[in-house]
Amino acid sequence: MREIFIRIGEPLLVALTLSIYEFMSLTRTQRWLLAAIPLIFLGLFFVYPILSIFKISLFPEGRFDAASLRALWEKPYYLRVIWFTIWQAALSTLGALALGLPAAYLFAKFRFPGKKLLRALVTLPFVMPTVVVAVAFIALIGPRGLVNQGLMALFGLEKPPIQLLHTLGIILLAHVFYNTSVVIRMVGGFWANLDPRLEAAAAVLGAGPWQRARHITLPLLFPAILAAGLLAYLFNFTSFGVILILGGPKYATIEVEIYRTAVRLFNLPVAAALSILQMGFTLAMMAVYTRLQRRMTAPIEFQSVRRTQRPLKTTGEKLLAVGIFTTLAVFLLSPLLALVIQSFQTDEGLGLAFYRALFVNRTGSIFFVTPIEAARNSLAFALVTILFSIIIALPAAYLLSEPDRRRFSLSRLLDPLFMLPLGTSAVTLGFGYIVALNRPPLNLRASLIIVPIAHTLIAFPFVLRSILPVLRGMNPHLREAAQVLGANTVRVLRHIDLPILRRSLLVGVVFAFTISMGEFSASLLVTRPQFPTLPVAIYRLLGQPGRFNFGQAVAMSVILMAVTAVGYVIIENLRYGDIEEF
Amino acid sequence: MKRIPILILIPILILTLAACAPELPKAGMPTPIEGGGQPIPPKETPAEAPTKAHEATEVTLVTHDSFDASEEVLQRFTEETGIKIDILKAGDAGEMLNTLLLSKDAPLGDVVFGIDNTFLSRALAGDLFVPYQAPALADIPDKFKLDPENHLLPMDYGYVTLNYDIKWFEEHDVAPPKDIEDLIKPEYKGLTVVENPASSSPGLAFMLITVWRYGDKGEYTFLDYWRDLKKNDVLVTDGWSDAYFGQFTAGSGGEGDRPIVVSYATSPAAEVFFNNLPEPPTASVNTPGNSFEQVEFVGILAKSKKQEAARKLVDFLLSPTFQEDIPTHMWVYPANSKADVGDLFRKWAEVPQEPAQLAPDEIAAHREQWIEAWTDVMLRE
Repeated sequence: MREIFIRIGEPLLVALTLSIYEFMSLTRTQRWLLAAIPLIFLGLFFVYPILSIFKISLFPEGRFDAASLRALWEKPYYLRVIWFTIWQAALSTLGALALGLPAAYLFAKFRFPGKKLLRALVTLPFVMPTVVVAVAFIALIGPRGLVNQGLMALFGLEKPPIQLLHTLGIILLAHVFYNTSVVIRMVGGFWANLDPRLEAAAAVLGAGPWQRARHITLPLLFPAILAAGLLAYLFNFTSFGVILILGGPKYATIEVEIYRTAVRLFNLPVAAALSILQMGFTLAMMAVYTRLQRRMTAPIEFQSVRRTQRPLKTTGEKLLAVGIFTTLAVFLLSPLLALVIQSFQTDEGLGLAFYRALFVNRTGSIFFVTPIEAARNSLAFALVTILFSIIIALPAAYLLSEPDRRRFSLSRLLDPLFMLPLGTSAVTLGFGYIVALNRPPLNLRASLIIVPIAHTLIAFPFVLRSILPVLRGMNPHLREAAQVLGANTVRVLRHIDLPILRRSLLVGVVFAFTISMGEFSASLLVTRPQFPTLPVAIYRLLGQPGRFNFGQAVAMSVILMAVTAVGYVIIENLRYGDIEEF
Repeated sequence: MKRIPILILIPILILTLAACAPELPKAGMPTPIEGGGQPIPPKETPAEAPTKAHEATEVTLVTHDSFDASEEVLQRFTEETGIKIDILKAGDAGEMLNTLLLSKDAPLGDVVFGIDNTFLSRALAGDLFVPYQAPALADIPDKFKLDPENHLLPMDYGYVTLNYDIKWFEEHDVAPPKDIEDLIKPEYKGLTVVENPASSSPGLAFMLITVWRYGDKGEYTFLDYWRDLKKNDVLVTDGWSDAYFGQFTAGSGGEGDRPIVVSYATSPAAEVFFNNLPEPPTASVNTPGNSFEQVEFVGILAKSKKQEAARKLVDFLLSPTFQEDIPTHMWVYPANSKADVGDLFRKWAEVPQEPAQLAPDEIAAHREQWIEAWTDVMLRE
């Protein structure tokens, strides 16, 4: 682990630092050359495959086939699906914001023991495969789950009082479970570096806490809140596993409908039309976001966390902290805890039987993998994903953060494009890869490299969105002042830009890591079973009957959580040279 | 001065990374990162590098996610023929077939395993396979040979049927179900979990049992049966895993509360095997007319340039050596009657009587229409 880390981490950071130094001193043409990196990547692995599958689907014999699309407007069902997709995503996002913002405040403003651990724990939901999360939820609030049994015993009830399975309620709960960490990390990371003196000044001038929040903190935070909200919204908007498994077959998002139409009904034209609709909506969302975002961004003075964070002092603060911990524990940690408990619960009482069984290849299967090998494969894919994401997100971020004075500029067009992969159907993209990447030199359909490439499509927007608010908000005067005082470009970057960027970059990296570990897009690719990752191993165990297979799948999920948590701690402690903690 | 190197460096970095996928060892896998730096040998593609059949050293098997086999048995093929097997998994059977159709002109591999009788007609209509009169066909019962021209050759068969939790029915003093008719009786209210036929293969098979039993025309159609089932509080899940492990009482840690589930006739045997039990905690309903026979086929892709090697692999997959490996890996019965199913199957995986009979053509002709009608009744009414 340490070895991989040194091999990858060091050169990565060196390249990163260099690239930032270089970027600042480039000419306009050279900057555009660098900007070509994200454009070529997206062109090859996103635009080209998507257009190829659309062409095959909508123009089967070279002509536009309108007849096959009739079902779309003849069935009111599709309209219901679209409407449901939009509002459930909005509700879920509000839920994640409601739960995440107070926690972000706590993480941003205070120092307390166990903070790093807690922050790692609340990010874990993001990595869990849906089937496993479903099992955790059922173990907890299912008809025979812990909560219902407790309530039944407590109040002498005959029937389980909580019946959430296959309801909208459980969809919202699961979305909040998955997305709260996005809000906590993205907003919290940004908040931590906001200069508290501004608020202090307002307080001196007689502004009450409410006025301060409304007129100072919230406007300053807005870009980060907007970015986190957008990411959460897009995730909920394209929700698939949660809807199918927890929501049950009654609920369908556009994503679910695309899958059903393309894979089960073999109706590629309708699937393509739905995909276009889904992407169109994503673009519209992005347009709104970009407008709001540009209007709201103001140059900000950033401060080191050493100056913004303090220990919990007053009783009020301590009570608030306890309240927030409890809420996080109930919504985010209890399902994870239920899994941990289940992984030790064997028929012979508490024990390690399931874990031990993970190391035994009972059937001599060619696809057997020990948790260690699976973890190694997962980590390898994740590291490549992180590397790709940074290489693509950094030039993209600098491109977008350039102050543009014209009304129409390329960067305005590019901003939505960079987010589009998040709002695109995985099935459509998967089929796009099959038809587009089928010839050398791009015969990558079944290659291993396509796995981190697909992960990067989903992961790099997170890196981009994490660093963009900082880059945009960075006060140009700060840099100029440093230069006037005689610091050269390198020193400016080292002491001003990089420390500030480092923190937000690490937030992005945490998500890139998580997205790859959790294999968001695994189902859309042709896989090489010789390199099973942890999620693949979990799905394999869940594919065959037997309580023991199930127990092993849960144990493997706990290992996935543990490996991911260790990954977080390492990433957050990533340091290069004498760059200080900011 | 520093400017140029970094501008060049980053694209180069991307390109080398893109090129340096590691080699594909069969065991003891190093991480792709550590293997980095060595570009993989360019992949043989039929269009560019036609390999003469007798020179093939590797043959690619495209299959679904449920495929499994012993490492040792597959190794034997390589020892006998000198040909390595490269395995690609392309999702479940439906996803795999779509992938195959979309990659028809530039195929992903040479041999395909896993198309079943519900997808047979669509696969044949797609003109994906070349016929192969494998010698082993002589040992395979004629009733499985659903493609008379042998583009697709039967490799294994299994049965989708009801499973129930034996202990639950003993404890609750209710008679275990004997027939799908039982499920709509009041005493079985809220006891059953089934999979969505639109997303799950056993779910589709179970719906086809009802189509076969009640028909899609007349006074009481299969949709009427499903309406009754819905009134009796049936639970529909997306796939087999969430039904069996999430909802079935005997499936996991006991959090589920449904003692009847749609699963396979071999699931009780798998329970015995994986949990080291003296006898199964579950039983399957094997009475006449209550199961659906799923036959899975193997075929050679017409556009494969390694026809000779592909035929060798098909021969191997149909040989008793491989066929006897099937039961405890994929939990279905080998198609080759010379293959021994083993004691576990003989004891605990009885073949159901008189399974539902629906011709592949009929399934192909009505599949979408039946699924849509089912979805309207069960989920949209």
